[in-house]
Amino acid sequence: MTIPTTHPAGTRTIESTVPVGAVYAAGTPMEESGPLADGPVVSDETVAPLAPWSGALRAGQVLTIVDLGGNQSADFLVYNATETDERYSVPDTLAWQANAYLREGSVLRSNLGRPLMSVVGNEIDRQDTIGGACSKESNTLRYGYHTEHQHGCRENFLSEAARYGLGARDLVSNINWFMNVPVEENGTLGIVDGMSAPGKRVALRAEMDVLVIVSNCPQINNPCNDFNCTPLRMIVTDAPAAAPTGTDHA
Amino acid sequence: MPSRADLHQTDSVVAARADARARATETAPYLPYRPASTSPVVPPGVDPAALTWAETVAPGGYTHKVLARGTRIRLDDPTGRACASVILYNALEPSERLNVADTIKIPWQAYLGAGHPLLSGDGRALASISADTSGHHDAFCGTTTDAFSTARYGSADPQGPTPSGRSRFLLAAAKHGLTGRDLPPSISFFQGVHVEADGQLVFRGSAGAGAYVELIAELPLIVLIVNVPHPLDPAEDYLVGPLQVHAWRGEPTTAADDRFTATPELTRAYLNSIDYAEARGL
Ligand SMILES: [Zn+2]
Repeated sequence: MTIPTTHPAGTRTIESTVPVGAVYAAGTPMEESGPLADGPVVSDETVAPLAPWSGALRAGQVLTIVDLGGNQSADFLVYNATETDERYSVPDTLAWQANAYLREGSVLRSNLGRPLMSVVGNEIDRQDTIGGACSKESNTLRYGYHTEHQHGCRENFLSEAARYGLGARDLVSNINWFMNVPVEENGTLGIVDGMSAPGKRVALRAEMDVLVIVSNCPQINNPCNDFNCTPLRMIVTDAPAAAPTGTDHA
Repeated sequence: MPSRADLHQTDSVVAARADARARATETAPYLPYRPASTSPVVPPGVDPAALTWAETVAPGGYTHKVLARGTRIRLDDPTGRACASVILYNALEPSERLNVADTIKIPWQAYLGAGHPLLSGDGRALASISADTSGHHDAFCGTTTDAFSTARYGSADPQGPTPSGRSRFLLAAAKHGLTGRDLPPSISFFQGVHVEADGQLVFRGSAGAGAYVELIAELPLIVLIVNVPHPLDPAEDYLVGPLQVHAWRGEPTTAADDRFTATPELTRAYLNSIDYAEARGL
């Protein structure tokens, strides 16, 4: 039998039979942190556990992503805001830097080889861009058919992308901020316990006008979210005001 | 009390792989059964080996499949609270799709039931309703949008307890390369609406637990199904029930079937579908 559960709904509560995924346990430590870049704050939003998010950044603006609860994967895609056929490319990013992990100084390159964003601040040893996003379909391969109904990052990406007229053909291999995917000597790779902690941050400067789409990963079958899905904080800052270059005689 | 993370050893790739594989012993009330012959609720009279689709769709969930011409599709409402909203496409040319206006206008009948065709805008039967124990269906109201779900339930978040039907159709459509422009009005099975003399649309709810409908695919189909509350469902809560879906191999309608000659419009709809299939070598 299908047992309803109770959820807050504005000024009332609502009963629902929808099997919603689990979120973080009561008492989970959180650390607010703040922007990892100088400059005035343009926007400051919290992404609920399991939820999608998107934002447009102008060239020069910086997005700070705060891992409020620690070891929460922020699945991340970025597009040229005006020509979305140009989008994040894992192979271009990795080949250009000749390294499998993202760190401070990494340039997030497009499928045309151009810089979309660059990592201007990073508080994790290394960041992942080889692990891809979870989906209800791939969950059936990894864990079994009983996980097919669970919410996944591909669902979040598709839902958020549709708001911009983008669809399945626009989803490409992504970045997973705060997720840990080591490649061992014999080639074994997989998602293991993360190296992040409450309040850890990454900061990304837009190198052109970009559209960013994020899934706050709902996965509860592996350690990418520490089995405890927590919120993310997304802070956009403008570039610091340039130092005056001359004297105003007016 | 240990945290959920304490229950899993995932500090190395090998340990993480073992932890992931251990998940296979778990189960859930909503899942696809693969192979379909392993369905725990095979429809009466159906050879399990002939099944090509068997699935229980969660409340608020969706499903989708590409089906061969002639396939039989059965939808079951085990609790009396399912609402199966359906869109069909010609799988070979998805610009041909369910046309709800033609589906009620051409047969001169607003209420869907056994013998009713589901017509495309190209004058062909995409599917036929071959059996119906419910009689509570709707071709007027479509499904809910995010705006509607937000107004009714306070939220339409895709990850939340009250997703909209259109958001679910968008996800199902995306899995076939289709987008929002490809979503025509849908029909709903198991939750009925009646048109009063003054035009008022009155929600009739379901026929109770245990109803089913059966469809025949008259062309190769992309089938999208979402299971969310009907837009006119007056309940303040979001209490949709699970939906069972089965499909099995079969033959499309031919001139030898009674429904082929039931009305002159039906005869021509089937002739058009057969003409298309013959020309394409189906
Ligand atoms: Zn994920």
